[in-house]
Amino acid sequence: TIELSEQTQWMLAIRDQRDKRAFAKLFDFYGPRLKAMAIRGGARSDQAEDIVQEVMLSIWNKADQFDPHRAQVSAWVYRIARNRQVDVFRKESRPLPEALKCEEPPEEDAGQILALEQEVNQLKSALERLKPDQREMIEKAYLGELSHSEISRESGVALGTIKSRIRLGLDRLRHEMQELR
Amino acid sequence: MENIKHHIDDQLLAAYSSGALPAPYGLVVSAHVSMCDECRARLGAHDTAGGAVMDDLPPIEVSGDLKAKLLEMLDEPAQDVPTYERSGIFPGPVMEALKGKPPKWKHLGFGTRQCILSHGKEGSVRLLYIPPGQAVPDHSHNGLELTLVLQGSFSDEGGQFGVGDVEIADESDEHTPIAGPECACICLAATDAPLRFSSFVPRMLQPIFRI
Ligand SMILES: [Zn+2]
Ligand SMILES: [Zn+2]
Repeated sequence: TIELSEQTQWMLAIRDQRDKRAFAKLFDFYGPRLKAMAIRGGARSDQAEDIVQEVMLSIWNKADQFDPHRAQVSAWVYRIARNRQVDVFRKESRPLPEALKCEEPPEEDAGQILALEQEVNQLKSALERLKPDQREMIEKAYLGELSHSEISRESGVALGTIKSRIRLGLDRLRHEMQELR
Repeated sequence: MENIKHHIDDQLLAAYSSGALPAPYGLVVSAHVSMCDECRARLGAHDTAGGAVMDDLPPIEVSGDLKAKLLEMLDEPAQDVPTYERSGIFPGPVMEALKGKPPKWKHLGFGTRQCILSHGKEGSVRLLYIPPGQAVPDHSHNGLELTLVLQGSFSDEGGQFGVGDVEIADESDEHTPIAGPECACICLAATDAPLRFSSFVPRMLQPIFRI
């Protein structure tokens, strides 16, 4: 039998059943990580909690936009959190791409969702295998601690190493997006 | 769009994903991603890497009452945020920058026009309108310049750029883009410093045009 990750199961219960108990579990997992990320990004403790609150509320309110075929829960939460953090620190909203329009939501395909989760697990182990200094560079890049020019200068190698892993996940994603049009 | 040949590179996508990319460039990235499935997928992959980094952070405990407070807020109606859709050649993020209205063009001379969308210390982003066959005024920039074609085409030392293509140029690139003959070229251009046109507009007028 196919066993999706807990995070995906909670998120689907939130989306489809508006399940508050699943939301509480999702909060227990992501709340402390979102707080850590906000603090790494320069937020004071109280600001960080405001960000956690707003991100978690967005997750609840935008749950209908969650599509496990296209984004794994952490990737989706990360995107919402980065948007929120940019809004808070820069006092301007980050320009966002148009949402993809699908006529009908795609039918849930557990096999495909699982395949994406496996892809993500492989990406995670690729990250773990990086040399410590490369790993640190990747962390800094995705936590917003490097400017865009520093990313091009300093983390080129590290990005290059995970890029091959990232690329593997692309073809399927791209294929699915075209089907959505 | 299937014919896109010039894409956003991974460093810029990673910077956009992490929120580190200044808003003027962010607008070009989000407009391109709105038009390009390939970069949408690649951006998804960078968000995935970001999510993996976030998952691995040592968690920091949140205050005891935050969860209860949040659970109580779930029943409150969500605020409606307006969303902007593509209109004609302008993708959603550009329509948002235009606040849903058609661009107000300012003439720069010789049929060339511009419409500044934002201008600040992080840089500036504008729409440029270049008549068919005409050169973009000779200009220099101190740093990165991203130019996304929305209508028509242009070509320069870096190649040929059609609808959806992005040219990534830095201060070391000297280029003289020329609009294709088929129709006027309209593009979205972001620079981190005010563009300096060397001959087209007298220097005195540059502060007025904010170029
Ligand atoms: Zn692209
Ligand atoms: Zn230029």
